[in-house]
Amino acid sequence: MKNIIQNINKAFDHRIRLGIMSILMVNESADFNTLKELLGVTDGNLASHAKALEAENYIAIEKQFIGKKPNTSYKATNIGKQAFRKHIEALEKLIAKS
Amino acid sequence: MFCQKNVLPLLCHSKYFYMEEKNYLQDISDIKNMMNRSSQFISLSGLSGVLAGVYGLIGAYVANALIAKNESGYVTLESATFKAIAATAAIVLLLSVATAFIMTAYKARRQGEKVWNSTARRLMVNFLIPLVTGGVFALLLLRDEMYGMIAPVTLIFYGLACVNASKYTLRDVRYLGITVVILGLVATAFLAYGLEFWALGFGVCHIIYGSIMYFKYDRKN
Repeated sequence: MKNIIQNINKAFDHRIRLGIMSILMVNESADFNTLKELLGVTDGNLASHAKALEAENYIAIEKQFIGKKPNTSYKATNIGKQAFRKHIEALEKLIAKS
Repeated sequence: MFCQKNVLPLLCHSKYFYMEEKNYLQDISDIKNMMNRSSQFISLSGLSGVLAGVYGLIGAYVANALIAKNESGYVTLESATFKAIAATAAIVLLLSVATAFIMTAYKARRQGEKVWNSTARRLMVNFLIPLVTGGVFALLLLRDEMYGMIAPVTLIFYGLACVNASKYTLRDVRYLGITVVILGLVATAFLAYGLEFWALGFGVCHIIYGSIMYFKYDRKN
């Protein structure tokens, strides 16, 4: 039981961060507005949670201009994908155990 | 007294684990839901498929009547019969597309989603690539007066467009696509029955799969 709980990743222990990672696992990349719409969160909320994931190197943030509009797009890194897969496995094991 | 002492921590303990477990289950279902919603356009209206099928059947009936009325026996590119059939087909296509757009937009709004989001864009692009290819191919066949091939070719390419688009929307579209492709291939072997196969593919198949989707997804909400 103890090692399973160790595999539960604290970085994903929040609804919004969990959501961001889920979206980026199945999409090559997603921009700020798409994430905002899907998750139904405010700008500041999303930005701070995205930053937390970036600090762990789980996602990469890319800023660019499309015409005159700034556009921020997010991508899951390989480390992030691996960590998220482990997290899901740990969740599944926990549920199976109990 | 002694008994209570033992039971109390046990109760707390089990309650703690129960809540944790519930949380993890919620997490898993959140992950699944987000993965689906972000990669698939789920607001596609089933009822609009049924209506498109009805338009298709009416169109096929009109075309059949037009051909029966034609005395000369065969249809050329310049004849009034051909122009009337082409106009019927165009009206059916326009009505179907308009209905699909309006009803899907309505369903999306009711589900609290934007109609024109990134999944909708991906769905459209992947649907249109095989469809436009087939459309151009059919026009080239028309130019070379290979009328018999029009029905099979439009069926096959429409089916392939559905299969291709199905990765980005409800799974049922895939089975509609496969059914229509098979019909198109069979129609190639029975060129004289082009209109009948066309009615079967665009009319009956749309009505069947549209109703399945309607009862599976639309009615639930």
